[in-house]
Amino acid sequence: MDAQILTVDDSASIRMTTKITLTNAGYQVTEAVDGLDGLNKAKAGNYDLIITDLNMPNMNGLQMIEALRQSGSNVGVPIIFLTTESDAELKTRAKAAGATGWITKPFNAESLVKIVQKVLGR
Amino acid sequence: MMNDPIQVFRTEASELFEQIESGLLDLLHDLSDRDQIDAVFRGLHTLKGSGAMFGFEGLASFTHHCETAFDQVRKGEVPATEALVSAILNAQDHMKALIESPGPHHDAQSERLLLTLNAALGGSSSASADGQIAIEGKAPSTKTGSTTWRLKIRLPKNAMANGTNPLGLLNELRGVGECEITADRTSFPDFLNLSPLDLHLAWDVTLTTERSRSEIEDVFMFVIDDMQLEIQELPMRSVPAGAVGDGSAPRPPQSVETVAAGKLTDTKSGSKAGDNVKVPAERLDELMDRVGELVIAQSRLSQLAASIGNGQLRDVSEDVDRLSGELRDTMMVLRMVPVGSLFSRFRRLVHDLSRETGKTIELQTDGESTEVDKTVIERLADPLVHLVRNAIDHGLEGPEERLRNGKSSTGIVSLSATQAGGEVVISIKDDGRGINRERVRAKGEAAGLVQPGAVMSDQELLQLIFKPGFSTAEKITNLSGRGVGMDVVRRTIDELRGTIDIRSEFGVGSEVNLRIPLTLAIIDGLLVRVGDSRYVIPLSAVEECLELSLEEDIRSRGRSFISLRDSLVPFLRLRDLFATGTEPELHQKCVIVSTGNERVGLVVDQIIGDHQTVIKSMSKLHSTADMFSGATILGDGGVALIMDVNQLVLRGQSKEALMRAAV
Repeated sequence: MDAQILTVDDSASIRMTTKITLTNAGYQVTEAVDGLDGLNKAKAGNYDLIITDLNMPNMNGLQMIEALRQSGSNVGVPIIFLTTESDAELKTRAKAAGATGWITKPFNAESLVKIVQKVLGR
Repeated sequence: MMNDPIQVFRTEASELFEQIESGLLDLLHDLSDRDQIDAVFRGLHTLKGSGAMFGFEGLASFTHHCETAFDQVRKGEVPATEALVSAILNAQDHMKALIESPGPHHDAQSERLLLTLNAALGGSSSASADGQIAIEGKAPSTKTGSTTWRLKIRLPKNAMANGTNPLGLLNELRGVGECEITADRTSFPDFLNLSPLDLHLAWDVTLTTERSRSEIEDVFMFVIDDMQLEIQELPMRSVPAGAVGDGSAPRPPQSVETVAAGKLTDTKSGSKAGDNVKVPAERLDELMDRVGELVIAQSRLSQLAASIGNGQLRDVSEDVDRLSGELRDTMMVLRMVPVGSLFSRFRRLVHDLSRETGKTIELQTDGESTEVDKTVIERLADPLVHLVRNAIDHGLEGPEERLRNGKSSTGIVSLSATQAGGEVVISIKDDGRGINRERVRAKGEAAGLVQPGAVMSDQELLQLIFKPGFSTAEKITNLSGRGVGMDVVRRTIDELRGTIDIRSEFGVGSEVNLRIPLTLAIIDGLLVRVGDSRYVIPLSAVEECLELSLEEDIRSRGRSFISLRDSLVPFLRLRDLFATGTEPELHQKCVIVSTGNERVGLVVDQIIGDHQTVIKSMSKLHSTADMFSGATILGDGGVALIMDVNQLVLRGQSKEALMRAAV
C-alpha cells in the first residue's frame, strides 16, 4: 500500500505544493491546517510520515511534535519540519521535541521527495 | 478549487496582508499587545517562506527584513514603536506591488523603505544591504580514488522512538559504497531492562567509497549533532581485499581509542593503527573489579604478615602491596580520557547561545589535557551544560550594559580543568554581573527554602541556587530560569562524590568550582573506629588528626567547637551521632576534614590507619543514610561504611550557624 503522509501547514499554497509533489511521487497525502488540526488527525490516523510547518496559529509545530510524542501515539513515526532558514537553535529545539529531520524552505519537488524517501527508508 | 499553486499563493498572500494590516493597526492602539506582535510576525514569516517557494524572490528578501525586525520585537530586543509599525505598514504596499509585478525595477523603492525601517529600529538593525536569503549550499566534493573508512556509529537511544530508522541509514551507507557492517551489542541490556523503543545497538562499518567524508556524514544529516560518529580514514595499504581469513573486505584495524562521547576522530596519516588495541569499556570495568578484589586480598595479607611477625613473609607482602598499588594506578590510567573532549562540545553551545541571547561571548578553555575517569566525564556533561547556560543566561550582561559598567562588550566564559591530588577541579567562570545575594535570599525565602531571618554563611546562601525549586530569573527564557537544572547539577555532583563551591563578587563575576574525585572505584581512606564499628574517611578530605582529651571534651560539651590555630572548628561526636552506646575512650581523636573551604572535626575513638578502599555502593534500601556514600570490605572480611564528608560537613556547618545565631 502507498505510504500515508500528513502535511501540516497553515499556508494553503505550501500544502498544495507538498500534496501535488508527493501524490505524483506515489504517496497518499492528507492535509491539516494548523498544529491542533495536525495533532488530532495524527492521533486519529495511521500515518507513515508527518511533515509540519513550525510557525502556525492555534498550536505551533514544536508544541504539536511535543504533544504527539508525549501522547504515546505515533511512536516511531518520522516527523519532518519545514524551516525557513537553517536555524540551528530551532532545529535543536524541534529535535528535542521529538522531530526526526527537517527540510529547508524554499524547497523544490526533487529535494522534498528525496528527504521523504530518506526518512521512510525507501 | 484552483489547481495552480501560484494562484493559491496570491489569494493566500492577500489574506496574509489583511492579517498583518489589522495586527499593525491594533498595535498602533496598544504597542504592547503580544498577540498582535505574534500574529504580525507569523504573517510576515509565512509570506516570506511561501514567496520564496513560488519564485517571488524580491518579495522574500524584502519581507525577510521586516520579519527580522518583528522577530526582534517579539523577543523583546527592540520595543514596538509607532515609527516601526508605520514603516511596516508602508512596506506592505510595496510587498503587494512585488507580488503583482515581480522584477528588479522595485529595487530602489525596496532600499528606500528598508532605510526607513532601519531608522525606526534605531539604526541597529541587522538588516543588511545585500538582502539575499542564504540557501544552504553544499561544498563541492573532491573525488580522489576510493578510500576505505572506518565508521563507529552510535545513535541516540531515543532515535527510533523519534522516527529515525537505523536500518534505513545503514542501507543508505550501502548505497554510498561497499560496506561491511558489524553490530556492536556491548550495551545491550538484559531482558528485564530491555525497552523495545530504545536503541541499544551500535555499529562498526568498514566502507570503501570514492565519496568524500562530508558525503558520508550527509547520510546522518538529521542525527549527526546528537549521535556519536567517528569516521577514520584507514591507511591505503589495507584496501586490498583478502588480507585476513574470510575477509573480502578489509578488517577494522586493531585499535583502541578510549572513546569520548561525541568525539570525531581524525586519524593523522602518520599514526599507526596497529599500535592500539580496541577493548570494550565493559571489559575494563571487569578488570577494575578484579583489581579491586586483589587490593582487598592484599590488605588481608599485610594484616596477616604484620601479626605473624615473619620477616620473609613481610617482605613478600610488601612487594605484593607495591605491585598491587601500581597495578591499580595503571588500571586507572587506562580508564582516563582527557577533558578536552568534553570541553570541545561547548564551542557550539556557546555559539548558539550567543546568537540566541544577543550577547557577545568568548569561550576560553584551559587544561584540556587533564585526564579524568571516563565514567566521570560522561556524567559531567549535563551538569556542565547547565552551568555554562546559567553563566551565559544569568551571569553575563548584554553588550550595552557591559560597556556602561566599564567592561569590554565581549563577555568571557572560561572552562578550566586542573588536577589537585586525587581530585580534578573543573571551574566555570564568567565575568558577568555576579550573584545578587539579596535577591537569592529573597527568592529562597519566597520559595520556602530558608526561614526568614535565618543566619546563613555566605557559602550556604550561594548554595541555595542549587536547591530544587529555586530560580532567580524573573522571566523564563529558553535557556534557563525554570528552576530545574541547577538542582540536577547538585545531585549529579553528589553522586560523583564531588563538591561544588561558588564564589561570586557582585558586578565582577562568578566562579563555580566542581571538585570531583579522579576515579569512582577505589579511594584511599583513613580507617577509624567508633564504638565497636569501623568506618572509612576518604583520605583526600582529611586535613589533620588531633587528640581530644577527655577534659577538653567535657569542657567543650554543649558547644562542640575546638580551637584550631585561632579559628573555631565545629566538631561532631560520631559516637553520639551513630548512637553506639559505648563509653568514650580516654584519648579520643578528632579528624579534621574539609570540602575545600569548609571544615569540620569528626571525633572518633581510634585511628587505625590508612586503607585502600574498593567502594561498593549501597543498596536502594540504604540510600536514605546520607551520612555514608558506600561501604567496603576489610581485610578480615568485616564491613566498614564510608563516610560522606560533604554531608558531615553540612551537619557541622549547621551547628556553626546555630552558634553564630546564639552569639
